[in-house]
Amino acid sequence: MIQRDCGFHLLKELIQNSSADQTEAVLLSESSSLTRFAKSSIHQHVAEKNVTLTLRVVKGKRISVLSTNRLDKASLKEILKKAIFLTEVQQPNEDFVSLPTPKPIPSINTFYKEVRFLTPTRKVKLVKDLLNIVREKGYRASGAFSNGEVELAVVNSLGIEAYQSFSDLFIHLIVENEKSSGYSSLVSRSPDRLDVESIAQEAMEKVSEKEPLQIEPGEYEVVLEPYAVSDLLSFLGDLGFHALAVQEGRSFFCNRFGEKMVDKKVTIYDDGLDPEGLQIPFDFEGTPKKRVVFFERGIAKEVTHDSFTAGREGKESTGHGLIAPNTSGPIPINLFMEAGESSLKEMIQSVKKGIYITRFHYTNVVEPMAAVITGMTRDGTFLIEEGELKAPLKNLRFTESILRALSRVSAISKERKVCSEGTIYSRRFVTGTVAPAIKVDGFRFSGVSSL
Amino acid sequence: MKNLIQNTLDLAKLKKVDYADIRVVRRQNEEIKLKNGKLEAFTHDEDFGFGIRVLAQGAWGFACSFRVNKREVEAVFRRALGIAKASSKARGGEIIFQKGAPKIDQYKTPILIDPFQVSPDEKMSLLLHAEEIIRRNQKVKISEAFMGSYKTVKIFASTEGSYIEQEIVACGAGISATAIEGGEVQVRSYPNSFRGNFATKGYEWIKGLGLSDHAERIASEAEQLLFAKPCPSKVTTIILDSSQLALQIHESIGHPIELDRILGTETSYAGTSFITPKMLGSFQYGSEIVNVTADATVLGGLGTFGYDDEGVPAQKVPIISNGILINLLTSRETAHHLGKESNGTMRADGWNRIPLIRMTNINLEPGEWTLEGMIADTEEGFLLSTNRSWSIDDKRINFQFGTEIGWEIKGGTLGEVVKNPTYTGITPMFWNSCDAIANQDHWMMWGTPNCGKGEPGQIAHVGHGVAPARFRNVQIGVAKNP
Repeated sequence: MIQRDCGFHLLKELIQNSSADQTEAVLLSESSSLTRFAKSSIHQHVAEKNVTLTLRVVKGKRISVLSTNRLDKASLKEILKKAIFLTEVQQPNEDFVSLPTPKPIPSINTFYKEVRFLTPTRKVKLVKDLLNIVREKGYRASGAFSNGEVELAVVNSLGIEAYQSFSDLFIHLIVENEKSSGYSSLVSRSPDRLDVESIAQEAMEKVSEKEPLQIEPGEYEVVLEPYAVSDLLSFLGDLGFHALAVQEGRSFFCNRFGEKMVDKKVTIYDDGLDPEGLQIPFDFEGTPKKRVVFFERGIAKEVTHDSFTAGREGKESTGHGLIAPNTSGPIPINLFMEAGESSLKEMIQSVKKGIYITRFHYTNVVEPMAAVITGMTRDGTFLIEEGELKAPLKNLRFTESILRALSRVSAISKERKVCSEGTIYSRRFVTGTVAPAIKVDGFRFSGVSSL
Repeated sequence: MKNLIQNTLDLAKLKKVDYADIRVVRRQNEEIKLKNGKLEAFTHDEDFGFGIRVLAQGAWGFACSFRVNKREVEAVFRRALGIAKASSKARGGEIIFQKGAPKIDQYKTPILIDPFQVSPDEKMSLLLHAEEIIRRNQKVKISEAFMGSYKTVKIFASTEGSYIEQEIVACGAGISATAIEGGEVQVRSYPNSFRGNFATKGYEWIKGLGLSDHAERIASEAEQLLFAKPCPSKVTTIILDSSQLALQIHESIGHPIELDRILGTETSYAGTSFITPKMLGSFQYGSEIVNVTADATVLGGLGTFGYDDEGVPAQKVPIISNGILINLLTSRETAHHLGKESNGTMRADGWNRIPLIRMTNINLEPGEWTLEGMIADTEEGFLLSTNRSWSIDDKRINFQFGTEIGWEIKGGTLGEVVKNPTYTGITPMFWNSCDAIANQDHWMMWGTPNCGKGEPGQIAHVGHGVAPARFRNVQIGVAKNP
């Protein structure tokens, strides 16, 4: 870890030496480990230390962004020189207004030092315990157990100085026999929440000895577990919950604010400070996170902003800036769906003939304006008949509009779960979506996975 | 650097590990993105570090760091060794790691113009010229141009005595036009969607793409798509252009033939494969005209290199011959399952990731037809071009793709444009329905710069050489409007 004072010293020196009109320096450091297992044994076990410095300089309205992981003085001098040079050889971006100015950042704890107890030996023991539980049932286990310490420091020439350290751990598990599989996962900032027994039980409950049935594609009532729901919410976040998509005319929210677009039971929001999720107090521009409500009782309400999109509209950033240059837009990363009043059991009991889905796999966008996506079911798909889980099913392909599905929500669970994809490509910054289970009266399946 | 590396290997031998390797990697990436006449981003990334892989007490350990100095290298080695020893308490079967003859060699991507030596002015000018042409079309609301340049300099050294230095250069560019009207959003791209086409070549590759020559066409097609009729839903004949077929190959051949996936080590992320090693030599993967090779040597292929990240030389390997599956992508640890030597496909995304079995260039060998002849021979069907979406299940069986544009074929003639074309299928049934492949004149290399795999996630540059091909009895028009 770089530590706060050392990080600030390095970044401030860079800012002071910059001849640009505005300068921003972001430091993201990582010390992490991942233990991967398959067929009930560990086959990969890795550890990483890395740091990324991202420098954004502005001269007039010309902006360049450079990043490096070389923090020696000579390299930093070089990166600054290059950044200034690159601003001088480009045309200005007239939409740019300013980097953000400082705002008070709430003090919250996002680092639990107990994460350091997850040494290779300790992790191997925990994984072995998990594997033994699964093996005793005669099943096989595959998965990954990852833990990390991350620091984020943001300094800019307008006075922003923000630092936060984060701990995280993520474990996901697939348990299988020759016929079927089940899934579970846990993401948390604190190792205190790690309970390998319950993680194993959750996945094992989905494994069946019965031969999976094949049903015809078509439209069915479905009960979606939180893992599946979080996938849908993430796509809504990418496609339309942010200002860049609206400003470019490609969000499903365009010209529809104030309109009822989904069922009135549905409220979806982003809140980086909500302790039920993976808290993040400020964004990658050093702006404190604000709660943003996308759907409020079914009505399209508002979107997330960073300093660039906010500047275009004369508004304030909502604290959703991602690492520069953020050409994807201020995509929300702390999504929540409001809980309902049903239990999972009640939802299943209310289905005459339908499908129970644990999670989706390889989902992708088909038609962005209608939020039509396609994907497969995976790791725990069941036929529901007369209110009971009757039999496992062969995995199905769905092709459905998320908006249509959310318009047909007939029940939402009281309980919610924090779901995550864990580690992402390139930089480590684990985020989570807090989702309930939902029942949808009519969800379209377009194929079956079968040779 | 050599001393630092030698110290590490000496330490490894002192500790009597079964095997160790060290990779020191320096990468430079530069990306330029224009949108609607404005420079959206001009970024330059540099990344430097090393990773050490150790095989000890029957298990692997890997550790890495961005601090490249003697003390840190020794600490990282000890960390990797500690990880291996800890992991050995939960290991599976014996690891059979094939011995390799030491290689001392160098490889450099042959290029004419180093893209990093080309001035920013020249690059932006090239992009702006093409993007400005797109913008002239009033229905186009988002005009984009992208250029990326990538250089990787790496050293691989192992306790077997290998010392291999490589410099891999790649670059690519592309343009896109997004037309928006009345809640309809349609995109056309050139030369390919998702940023363009990429190759292990110098700036001469980007100049040769001719972005400006295609700008007006794609803007016009994006506009056309706003008012086009939707792709119907039916079972019919499709001809896939080479850019879309490249992704079809990637998802439904390239990934399922990765032997680590087949053996189950990717279960926890992207899944496994419907293929088993027993299928080699007998499984009819595709029709008799389907021949596929994995070729890490082809000039300019995005998946081309000199040696993989286990020190195995780049190779050309037949995978499917006359439709029969005959080989898989292997590594030094997995190849023994087939009774063969590794065919050199272990590749790591930088210094901070372990190597995994990855595609190199997975190529469909050209056939006999011209594209025009194929269309003329098709009584009824659709020509589909340029990928827009993709999805496949965890065993690589059921897939669904969407393309940017389609054209109806009636009586051997291209007709109306259709919008939002999608098609779906079952992998071996689909490939067995292939009854025509275009010839060498239509064959070209496509670079996929964003192939994802592994945990922690890794991105690989892979390539696909392919010509358009025809497939019968395919379900099209899967998406239903809400």
